[in-house]
Amino acid sequence: MIRLKQAARILISTLREIFDEAAYTRFLQRTRMASSPAAYAAFWRERETNAAPKPRCC
Amino acid sequence: MLDDMNRSLSILVWGVVSLLAAGATAVVALHRSEPINALWLVAAATCCYALGYRFYSKFIAAKILAVDALRATPAERLENGRDFLVTNKWVVFGHHFAAIAGPGPLVGPVLAAQFGYLPGTLWVLAGAVFAGCVQDFVILLFSVRRDGKSLTEMAQEETGVVGGVVAYAAIIAILIILLAVIALVVVNALKDSPWGTFTIAMTIPIALLMGVYLRRIRPGKVLEVSVLGFVLVLLAIWGGQWVSQHPGPAQVFTLSAQALAISIFIYAFAASVVPVWLLLAPRDYLSTFVKLGTIGLLGIGIVAIHPTLHMPALTRFVDGTGPVFAGKIFPFAFITIACGAISGFHSLISSGTTPKLIARETETRMVGYGAMMAESAVAVMAIIAACVLQPGVYFAINSPSGIVGQTVVAATATISNWGFPVTAAEMQALAHAVGEQTLFNRTGGAPAFAVGMAHIFSQTLGGGTVMALWYHFAVMFEALFILTILDAGTRVARFMIQDALGHIYKPLGRTSWYPSIIFTSALIVAAWGYFLWQGVKDPLGGINSLWPLFGIANQLLATVALCVATTIIIKMHRAKYAAVTLVPLVWLVAVTFTASWHKILDPNPRVGFLAQAHALAAGPATSATARLIFNNRLDAGVTALLLGMVALVLFESARQWLGVLSGRKEARVKETPFVMTRLSEERA
Repeated sequence: MIRLKQAARILISTLREIFDEAAYTRFLQRTRMASSPAAYAAFWRERETNAAPKPRCC
Repeated sequence: MLDDMNRSLSILVWGVVSLLAAGATAVVALHRSEPINALWLVAAATCCYALGYRFYSKFIAAKILAVDALRATPAERLENGRDFLVTNKWVVFGHHFAAIAGPGPLVGPVLAAQFGYLPGTLWVLAGAVFAGCVQDFVILLFSVRRDGKSLTEMAQEETGVVGGVVAYAAIIAILIILLAVIALVVVNALKDSPWGTFTIAMTIPIALLMGVYLRRIRPGKVLEVSVLGFVLVLLAIWGGQWVSQHPGPAQVFTLSAQALAISIFIYAFAASVVPVWLLLAPRDYLSTFVKLGTIGLLGIGIVAIHPTLHMPALTRFVDGTGPVFAGKIFPFAFITIACGAISGFHSLISSGTTPKLIARETETRMVGYGAMMAESAVAVMAIIAACVLQPGVYFAINSPSGIVGQTVVAATATISNWGFPVTAAEMQALAHAVGEQTLFNRTGGAPAFAVGMAHIFSQTLGGGTVMALWYHFAVMFEALFILTILDAGTRVARFMIQDALGHIYKPLGRTSWYPSIIFTSALIVAAWGYFLWQGVKDPLGGINSLWPLFGIANQLLATVALCVATTIIIKMHRAKYAAVTLVPLVWLVAVTFTASWHKILDPNPRVGFLAQAHALAAGPATSATARLIFNNRLDAGVTALLLGMVALVLFESARQWLGVLSGRKEARVKETPFVMTRLSEERA
């Protein structure tokens, strides 16, 4: 049961990382902002200017 | 005592796995008399991957790379909560797999199935275990040891400036050809298909809605909105059926190949110019959600129904006269299947986001080698999906009208004469079952894969009555993530061009300056758009010339990556083990150089670009002749240019190797100095 819970936790963490939810949470922690439309806009501004676009293979 | 028992048990288990691998591969390779069950392929693949991972990757990790769990990775040393971040290995694995698995491992194996199921299967298994997984693993580790540097930077540092410049040019060339060829796959899947076109068109407003939802209503709730988007996409598939059954709306969404190509140009340009959060990111989330789910479902479906493969092990087209693409089994099977066996593009991802997330060096084995194995398994599924079709049906779908004839009667007669019986009534019934008007001349691999997938899914869930829904689900699944690659790829290429142009005129390098965004986006869309338009207008279906060009470009990038890897291994004083990357490198050089030679100079007009141009010039002139001649010469020129550039990298690398081995050159690798990790076991 514990292993199952662990696996589920890892699966959710993986999905949160793939879908950028974890990146947004880290952004909120780093900038000490609360989640809001303005914070999300700032998150994307930072990603668009700083982070290179994620390549996707063929 | 306990250790001895464990050791004996381990020997026993791996002995059984080895026997199973040998037995299943022998059945796949030698069985000829009657159709084979797909489970043999699954068993051969599973056992080969298990052996490759357990023994070969462990050998590489221990003897050559000397991966060190105590050495701090850039994720730990440079952690900034943004790019560099210590991340759980399973999370990195999922992230890496989602980035490397695209339409390539689905489309390539489907096209190569014209040779039969055997060549593709053997190449996918051997290619992945001995070349693709090795490339991804070593490049990932070398990037981790260099603060997450890109392949271009490593090539420049380790093999010289030429290596860096060629890697950069090869990446741009590959992106342009890749975007053109995958756009052509979508065009061929959607032409004259109101159902498919409506479904895919609907994904644009759905993605916009998701973007606005994320931005205004529930900021950051991506998984939630992806589920919502997925439900809306399913409704769009359902709605597509209604559209296809009503003449008015059906007419609106029945588009020719040219009209679809123009729509795709406009879409990709717009997607590259508008803010990422509005269209690109939500579409990426949606397609990843559908991709991961569908691949999992397909795997379960194949094991559950374990279908019979109707395609023979080898077909008569191993002689190079195949209708899907021309060219002999060597070298063309090996450039047609890139992703799934070895793909140069992966080296960009292994030296991109992934190395910045790795917590410990030891995890590069699981992420680099393991994720590529998973992608290879997807390629095996694609081979199965294509080969469950009756060969006659497979060739009817995948053969261009220029080869089999313009009419249904001519096409069925030609294909039946090849020894693959198919009737017009059979094709009509199949088209009706999947909700299409016709399935003839649907080149590009995607429709054949969709029919095979619908066949497997409908036997697992819902039966024949829902085959049309499954077919359009499969088309939507492929088109959705192909379009995602189109907009993401256009954007990546735009950033690279802006970076280069910034050295000439500084404002052009600013990624937020709109004139530069519009100019560079237009430049990239025009470049791949030209090749797409060429493919759409090609009487041989376009795939015949563009897919090999893409395969050559992709494998040449793998050649560059393996040159870099071999150079570093030699500089690490591990020359006696250099064969691990040198053998795949020699193989790829043989494959790509032979393929390039054929594509440029082969006297058969269906194979050689120049022979095709010559034949066109000698034949009756039409309004399109001059353009077709120019296109063939351009394709020959692009191939020669790629070949020349990679020959330069090879030469530069060989100079480095000889210099180091003869003692004339100092063997100094450009690694970041060793720093002891401070990560606790729990955090890593």
